Amino acid sequence: MGLKSWLKSAWNRIFRRNQLVDEMEDELLAHIAFRADDLQRRGVNRAEAERRARIEFGARERIREESYAAMGGSFFDTLWSDLRYAVRVLAKSRGFALAAMVTLALAIGANSVVFGVMDALLLHTLNVPNAKSLYGTEYGADQQFQSYPNYLDLRDGMHSFVDLAAFNFSLGTAIDTGDDPQAASGFATTGNYFTVLEIQPYLGRLYKPEDLHGTGSAPYLVLSYGYWHARFHDDGGVIGRVVRVNKHPFTVIGVTPPEFAGTLMFVSPDFYFPIVEQEVIGGNPLTDRTDTGALFETFGHLKPGVTPEQAEADANRVAAALAREYPKEFGATHVVLGRTGLTSFGPSVHGFVAALMGLALMILLAACANLGGLFAAHAADRAREVALRLALGSTRRRIMRQLMTEAVLISLGGGMLGVLAGMPLLRRLSTWHPFPGAPIHVPVTMDGRIYAVALVLALASGCLFGIVPVRQVMRAHPYEVIKAGSTSQAGRRITVRDVLLVVQIALCAVLVTASLVAVRGLVRSVNSSYGFDPRSVMAAGVNLADAGYSGAQIPRFNRRMIDAMAAIPGVDAVGLVNDYPPLVYTAASREKVFTEQTRDWKPANVAITPFRFNVSPGYLRAAGTELLAGRDFNWNDDKGALAPALANRQFALRMFGSVNGAMGGHFRIGDGTLAEIVGVVEDGKYLSLTEDQEPAIFMPSMLYRDPACYLIVRSKRDPQQLAALMRFNLRRLDAGLPVDIQSWNQLLEVVQFPARVATMALGVLGIIGAVLSITGIFGMAAYSVSKRLKELGIRVALGARRREVLGAALGRAVRLLAMGSATGLLLGILASRVLAYIVYQATPRDPLVLAGVVAAMALLGIIATWLPAQRALRVDPMTLLREE
Amino acid sequence: MGDQANLLPGTLDLLILRAVSLGPLHGYGILLRIEQISGKALLIEQGALYPGLFRLVRQGLMKASWGKSDNNRKAKFYELTAAGRKRLSQETASWNRLAAAMSAALSAKAEEV
Repeated sequence: MGLKSWLKSAWNRIFRRNQLVDEMEDELLAHIAFRADDLQRRGVNRAEAERRARIEFGARERIREESYAAMGGSFFDTLWSDLRYAVRVLAKSRGFALAAMVTLALAIGANSVVFGVMDALLLHTLNVPNAKSLYGTEYGADQQFQSYPNYLDLRDGMHSFVDLAAFNFSLGTAIDTGDDPQAASGFATTGNYFTVLEIQPYLGRLYKPEDLHGTGSAPYLVLSYGYWHARFHDDGGVIGRVVRVNKHPFTVIGVTPPEFAGTLMFVSPDFYFPIVEQEVIGGNPLTDRTDTGALFETFGHLKPGVTPEQAEADANRVAAALAREYPKEFGATHVVLGRTGLTSFGPSVHGFVAALMGLALMILLAACANLGGLFAAHAADRAREVALRLALGSTRRRIMRQLMTEAVLISLGGGMLGVLAGMPLLRRLSTWHPFPGAPIHVPVTMDGRIYAVALVLALASGCLFGIVPVRQVMRAHPYEVIKAGSTSQAGRRITVRDVLLVVQIALCAVLVTASLVAVRGLVRSVNSSYGFDPRSVMAAGVNLADAGYSGAQIPRFNRRMIDAMAAIPGVDAVGLVNDYPPLVYTAASREKVFTEQTRDWKPANVAITPFRFNVSPGYLRAAGTELLAGRDFNWNDDKGALAPALANRQFALRMFGSVNGAMGGHFRIGDGTLAEIVGVVEDGKYLSLTEDQEPAIFMPSMLYRDPACYLIVRSKRDPQQLAALMRFNLRRLDAGLPVDIQSWNQLLEVVQFPARVATMALGVLGIIGAVLSITGIFGMAAYSVSKRLKELGIRVALGARRREVLGAALGRAVRLLAMGSATGLLLGILASRVLAYIVYQATPRDPLVLAGVVAAMALLGIIATWLPAQRALRVDPMTLLREE
Repeated sequence: MGDQANLLPGTLDLLILRAVSLGPLHGYGILLRIEQISGKALLIEQGALYPGLFRLVRQGLMKASWGKSDNNRKAKFYELTAAGRKRLSQETASWNRLAAAMSAALSAKAEEV
């Protein structure tokens, strides 16, 4: 039923209701009149006849109510009157209503935000047609198919895909519209990228496989809607314009539609261009079969009826054939296909979001328990009213319905508040770009699902805590209540409310534990040893290809840049690292290492696969990496017969058994170059903070002609000044070279991002949990004090001391708090596995965390019982006794 | 009024249907008709009749229309629908079976067992 027709029928019911009521009233009156006529005929006078007729007729109010029900038109009428009544009741007890709604708003707000994130990351697929059947190889898994020749063979050899496309990142590319080169990030894609995705252009056209005839044949640029909007101000005339990409002319041929944001969930590229042009703008040539970093991912739609398992088997068949044909270059033994979008982050993102959702649901449960307690107290206060209504002939069902209506009303109010508070947060998230240098965003959309979930959660929780007072009503004996008053319940038994409070506090203690664990984990991961010291280091990222350098010019220009940096007064050390420094943009790559004796350099003979960085002389000092043995590189290291190499401790131990044993040791790298270890450096972290200790090697950058590098500049100078001087000096060398200058710590933010987000999220959830436990304990303590004021007054009158009064008033609340906290702490420790999903090095078995939780819960208890305690102490027996 | 019986649950509807089957009646008329056909042996609380009437109308077994009574009062008249007629004959048959079985059971003598 549509909203319109529903409204219409509801309107009819309400409208018709008056007519029905009038007719029924007429009918009942007619009946009484007939009876009176009869009685009058038997000689009773009219007034007496009418009186007797009315009495014989029975309780007209009850009959009216039953008749409504019999007519079936009563649902909306009852609802309507219940609603009006509920609003009146809630308006009368504003404190209760407000507390309940705010409690629920916190829970619903937290849940709708977390669900919004889950919706975006887990439930939503990529915003392309038929995204569900998109499968392909994932970054980070077995990367064998991520070299261009291997991709071609896979594409042509497989039968499971309609067609297979691939893309690669093109980060920090300079786009020059004529006056100002600006760095932008895009995808270099295969020609069939858009046809595989079935994307239609928003403007102009998109390139197709037919457009591509090898390197240099298709200098076309397709802009994303967002980039077109921001950089070209929605100018439709941009189609056909020539812009310079890393100084090479490209023609803008089209704009993708606004809803399309590439094939990675977290990344929205600025532009797309054919991957065959990658070499033109300074990328690696595509012909190298061993360059498995050439493509980021491959993907395509599975043919109808083909299961992912079948496709995987198909891919493995191709892999086996390739391994036979190219035993030296191809070593994949087991290919795994994944769903395109979240790439290999899938499992950790899923784990994180699921754990977050679990914690958010705990908040909801805690809030429900809190509300249950509030409602129970509220219902107990209203026991007299309920008893009166029961005595006057109202049915228990009717009263239960009334109480449920109140609960639902509150839950809807709270839910609405929560959603209103959560929406701006989600909106901020959706436009949030955590890193200025990278096109990373959280693809949150505010769709109906979030509202629906918030509504369902609010209603479900409304019913859940609505049950508590209902149980009390079922047991209420009107006579007893009216006789004894409502103070008779100060018994010693364990009530539902007590259990609810313990449950709630336990849940809150788990949340507090979780957030403390997260904070500790973050502190530890930030303070752990990286194998370098990122403090007071500025890093300048440049890509010499952007300014047209190539070949032997590159090492020469690198040397000039290093000298220019070293010339800045106050600079202690300068070094250079190709591509990215360790831990930056999770971009570290691995090298295949063979023993010196190996002659057949096929994948099966690989001895070890350490991370590899190409660094210049001076890098170690600039990075603050400690040299354990041997020497650093020097500028003559490109002249010897053997390639000199630096190894970390782990590499030395794994390859040669000891640091000293590794000195002078030989090994071969993937291309067969024989290298000699001239120095061993301390261990560190290279790809991510959570990695186990990995081996790593450093090769002299002078031996290679890699145009992309970061200059590492260590100085105690003010970072802003230093950055300005660095920019100035680099511009003097070449004004056309785009430079990205950030501190190393800033660059590390990406790698610390998950830990930071987790800490933030858990911190907020922990605070919400703390607030909930305060309101819960406060509610319980305040209620028990107010219920027992008379008793306390008598105690004071009989000479009880402050301590005894406090014990009598709050002992129970404090005991429950202690019980709940202990349970929560225990649960928190048991849940450390879940927490480990979220936070690196999460362990609640940390004395500091344990002490922190106990202290936090005690503090919360003191805060929450402060006011009720004051009230209990101020009890004036005389006033109280006079009042009763 | 001492020898009047209270109604068994569920029998009021059947009595109403029976009363109305003899011709359209208003609420008070139905009450009188039941008294009349039961030989004043069955006691019905006057008001309790109405929820039953509305229920039967809602079930589509009776229909109601406003009209004038003999003494010129405005009143709502009830009559059976086709469905109501069918239901009446079914219920009557099943009631008769039940009544026969009950009376046979209650009148059974020791030597017959």
